[in-house]
Amino acid sequence: MTLTTLLIVAAALIGIGIYGTLSQQSFVMLMMGLELIVNGAMLAAVSFWALSAAGAPEGQLLTIVAMAVMAIEMAMGFALVVAVFRAKQADTTEALDGLKH
Amino acid sequence: MSAVDITFFINAAVAIFAGWRVFVTDSMVRASFFLLISFLAVGVIMLLLAAVYLGVALFFMMAVEMMVMALFMVMFMMNPAGLNPMKMVHQEKVAIGVGVVVFAALSAVAVFGEFPSRPVPEGLQPVVSLGHELLGKSMLVFESAGVTLLATMIAVVMLTSHRGRYGDANHGSQPPGLEPGGDPADKPEETEEGGHHHHHHHHH
Repeated sequence: MTLTTLLIVAAALIGIGIYGTLSQQSFVMLMMGLELIVNGAMLAAVSFWALSAAGAPEGQLLTIVAMAVMAIEMAMGFALVVAVFRAKQADTTEALDGLKH
Repeated sequence: MSAVDITFFINAAVAIFAGWRVFVTDSMVRASFFLLISFLAVGVIMLLLAAVYLGVALFFMMAVEMMVMALFMVMFMMNPAGLNPMKMVHQEKVAIGVGVVVFAALSAVAVFGEFPSRPVPEGLQPVVSLGHELLGKSMLVFESAGVTLLATMIAVVMLTSHRGRYGDANHGSQPPGLEPGGDPADKPEETEEGGHHHHHHHHH
């Protein structure tokens, strides 16, 4: 378990998340891709904190902020999905291909 | 190879494999549980790295979050119970390409980058130092995150409730005119009179 292997794992999670975010049609599946990206970012932050920053507490703080970002992203994402579905009965990105007028 | 290394490699493999399965499984509920498995494996790796508080917090947070997500998956599920094959993707080749390029670029940084080797010193208590940081120097950051979460809760309630105490959200409201003092840019249809030509294009 070295910093290099940890960062490669984080890079794999971020890469899979980017694939999901760009390729999924369903809003909820798209959000799972975003969650995976944040997952990888948190792993990288903790790895740097543990192996390269001499335990500086700001590294843990960064991870806490990333967790808050993830919670906010999911709450706002679900609220927008519900609002869009109520307005247009749309649950895929393709269904929203036009502006209002 | 020490026990820590073996645990790390198993959990790293589980995290990546479950993350990949999220996007190839047929059932969206199963997808949310695969994402939960991926997060739990990352939480174990955080515990191995002595980030005790963060690892345990990730366990609790993700367990609850993925249960909520599974409920939403049932609401928006594309095929019943995942019994039919599901592959709902667009621009898949581009997405795969971008994902591989990002992975390669970040891995290159990991392999060729030079990072100082300064592990957590002996005797450092990670939870104690995090607590002193959160309620000491970085209290403003911490509290800002809290206030942002509160604002998110209010915004989520506002977005999802289409009715207020006195009726619909947009009842009786009129958009401003295109020029100062002019007609409203988009009158509600029931108040529109004949002979007055507006440009309305409604696509349903």
